[in-house]
Amino acid sequence: MAAPYRLDDDSVVVIIGSGAGGGTLGNELAQKGIDVVILEAGARIEHEDFINDEWDSFAQLAWLDHRTTGGGWRVGKDFPNLPAWIVKAVGGTTTHWAGASLRIQEHEFKALTNYGKVEGANLLDWPITLADLEPYYAKAEDKMGVTRTNGIEGLPGNNNFKILKAGADKLGYKECHTGRMAINSADRDDRMSCQQTGFCFQGCKWGAKWSTLYTEIPKGEATGRLEVRPNAHVVKIEHDADGKVTNVVYADKDGKLQSQKARIVCVACNSIESPRLLLNSESARFPDGLANSSGQVGKNYMRHTTGSVYAVFEKPVHFYRGTTMAGIIQDEAGHDPSRGFVGGYEMETLALGVPFMAAFLDPGGWGRSFASAMDGYANTAGLWIVGEDMPQEQNAVKLHATLKDQHGMRIPDVWFTDHPNDIAMRNHAYKQGQALYEAVGAIRSFPTPPYPSTHNLGTNRMSEKAQDGVVNKWGQTHDIKNLFVSDGSQFTTGAAENPTLTIVSLAIRQADYIAEQMNAGSI
Amino acid sequence: MTTIYERRRSPASGLSRRELLKRGTVGAALVITGSAVISPDRAWGVETTALKPDTMATLIKLARDIYPHDTIPDRFYAIAVKGHDTKAGQDPAHKELIEVGIADLDARAGAGGYRGLGWEDDRVAILREIETTPFFQAVRGDLVVSFYNQKDLWPHFGYEGESFSKGGYINRGFDDIEWL
Ligand SMILES: Cc1cc2nc3c(=O)[nH]c(=O)nc-3n(C[C@H](O)[C@H](O)[C@H](O)COP(=O)(O)OP(=O)(O)OC[C@H]3O[C@@H](n4cnc5c(N)ncnc54)[C@H](O)[C@@H]3O)c2cc1C
Ligand code: SF4
Repeated sequence: MAAPYRLDDDSVVVIIGSGAGGGTLGNELAQKGIDVVILEAGARIEHEDFINDEWDSFAQLAWLDHRTTGGGWRVGKDFPNLPAWIVKAVGGTTTHWAGASLRIQEHEFKALTNYGKVEGANLLDWPITLADLEPYYAKAEDKMGVTRTNGIEGLPGNNNFKILKAGADKLGYKECHTGRMAINSADRDDRMSCQQTGFCFQGCKWGAKWSTLYTEIPKGEATGRLEVRPNAHVVKIEHDADGKVTNVVYADKDGKLQSQKARIVCVACNSIESPRLLLNSESARFPDGLANSSGQVGKNYMRHTTGSVYAVFEKPVHFYRGTTMAGIIQDEAGHDPSRGFVGGYEMETLALGVPFMAAFLDPGGWGRSFASAMDGYANTAGLWIVGEDMPQEQNAVKLHATLKDQHGMRIPDVWFTDHPNDIAMRNHAYKQGQALYEAVGAIRSFPTPPYPSTHNLGTNRMSEKAQDGVVNKWGQTHDIKNLFVSDGSQFTTGAAENPTLTIVSLAIRQADYIAEQMNAGSI
Repeated sequence: MTTIYERRRSPASGLSRRELLKRGTVGAALVITGSAVISPDRAWGVETTALKPDTMATLIKLARDIYPHDTIPDRFYAIAVKGHDTKAGQDPAHKELIEVGIADLDARAGAGGYRGLGWEDDRVAILREIETTPFFQAVRGDLVVSFYNQKDLWPHFGYEGESFSKGGYINRGFDDIEWL
């Protein structure tokens, strides 16, 4: 059963955040017999209690603490206090996620080498290669039950997919299928198969979709070596005179500050809160924040080049039925600069219910053009674009100069402006998406702008040299040996793929390294 | 709370059935009495507590001009904007924002006021002039949720809502497309 640890137990590994990175790392370490405390800011809400209703679910799970935005992105104008769509609950954003699980391509790990210098971009090669990560990708795919791997069958295609596939065929695309999804196509790992409910973004009430909430976390707890402490919002990481981290300070459910001692601290709060926590942990010795000798903490914020294309047909589609992300086209995912940009993008089906469609189709839009688009809802199909965006130093998570949260900590101010490469890629993808739907008879199509960020990356990036980034190839901070970063903020570049499979693979790999180093007594 | 009264029986008293048919229920003029806005067929009414009933009637019209769905009755627009009356009762600044905003619309519309402009295009032209104002932003920003999040409206859009209790769509048409 779940092991409770004492606040003054300084032998434990403390992981902050229980999402894709933190939840996986916690289980992996516990399986190796290491004592782990996961501190999670959100509540523990079991999957039976998820709600099949977009706004009610959003209120139940989303991270709604105060945030601000800056820069030229449209999200900053349309949703000035909602830069990102992230979860605050045990399981983190793996409760909301759609399940698309793709490996980063070999050339993407070497973005600087393969794309060359791109003006205004802060490109860098990852300090690891695809070959380094392959064994861990294999483990992650097995753990998550990713379809089209390990002999697991693909999911059946819904109506939205069938339209995508017909359009792909018309355009001559070759790589179109129902995706590699961490959603059970048949019962597996004591979880049932997908019932095509259509509320993947609201948390899967059946548990068919992988989430750390009901896979990694209970498995870790069953070892007796993992305690998950919900409603524990970490506000600061503290260190000793040698510059080693010693404990973390968190606000408990009553807002009272507590201090948990630790042998090792792993930060896995997603790419806005992770750098914010490091910056807020400034001290006399580290006046610019922890692990920030490079000045790169919070910098290079990436969110993928995204956008959607929705199209209205003469006859019904009912695209909200079935898996939200029901299929993919990968033909544009390669690097082919003849298209006018570096890197590539994926096209994945996407469906929203009426409430979210109204909010996101054309934020701020109104009048007959908007209303008639909504009237076409039942006959609508849709896809989402996800492509590699350029890391830029001025795209950053900063601490707000004056505003503080309920615990007295400075809130994050999220800055983003598209790079010209991002814009060129998005326009190309809009054109392809609209052509695809028109090829199968769309009457009208909508190039829909990006939503608040669902993929948040790069703000504590991995680098070979300490001066270029925050963590080394194991996610260990260059500056502090017993401080790790264990989430998507480690990404050196964004690549075109949905990030979670890579986050999970890195966490499995990091667990091996931490165990090794602990055994060797070096941390 | 700002309440919407709904009559159970119809046709409603007051207007003859013929008159009702002649006027229709969609788009016909709202009736203002005392502190209430009442639908022409007397099937429903909104009692205001903080805003002027005239203001509420204009808000309903404004809501329809922002998201015009011709076959959706006024009642749903009334439900969507009634929160402004509730909020105005709690927050004088909000009351001021709405009353001044609506008065401004009336002033821009001239003699007969905003509701007096017969053509939607003429009203929309005024809205285009003010669409960046805090007043318009507040009304539209609230409306996009309070209007489209009404479950009773989802059938109009062909959206089926919650599906877990029905076993998802695995046996209910997730892949039933036939026209492709
Ligand atoms: C709608 C949606 C759909 C998505 N679909 C896909 C998809 O199909 N494929 C894919 O690869 N990715 C998808 N994603 C992205 C995916 O969910 C994230 O990449 C992934 O969950 C990130 O993992 P993480 O560990 O970095 O952070 P998270 O999973 O967000 O976990 C971070 C956790 O840290 C907690 N936390 C934060 N700050 C603190 C603090 N100070 N103290 C304590 N706890 C804290 C949070 O509450 C949260 O639980 C989707 C995301 C969304 C929103
Ligand atoms: S569609 Fe499948 S994976 Fe998505 S919520 Fe429903 S059952 Fe779960």
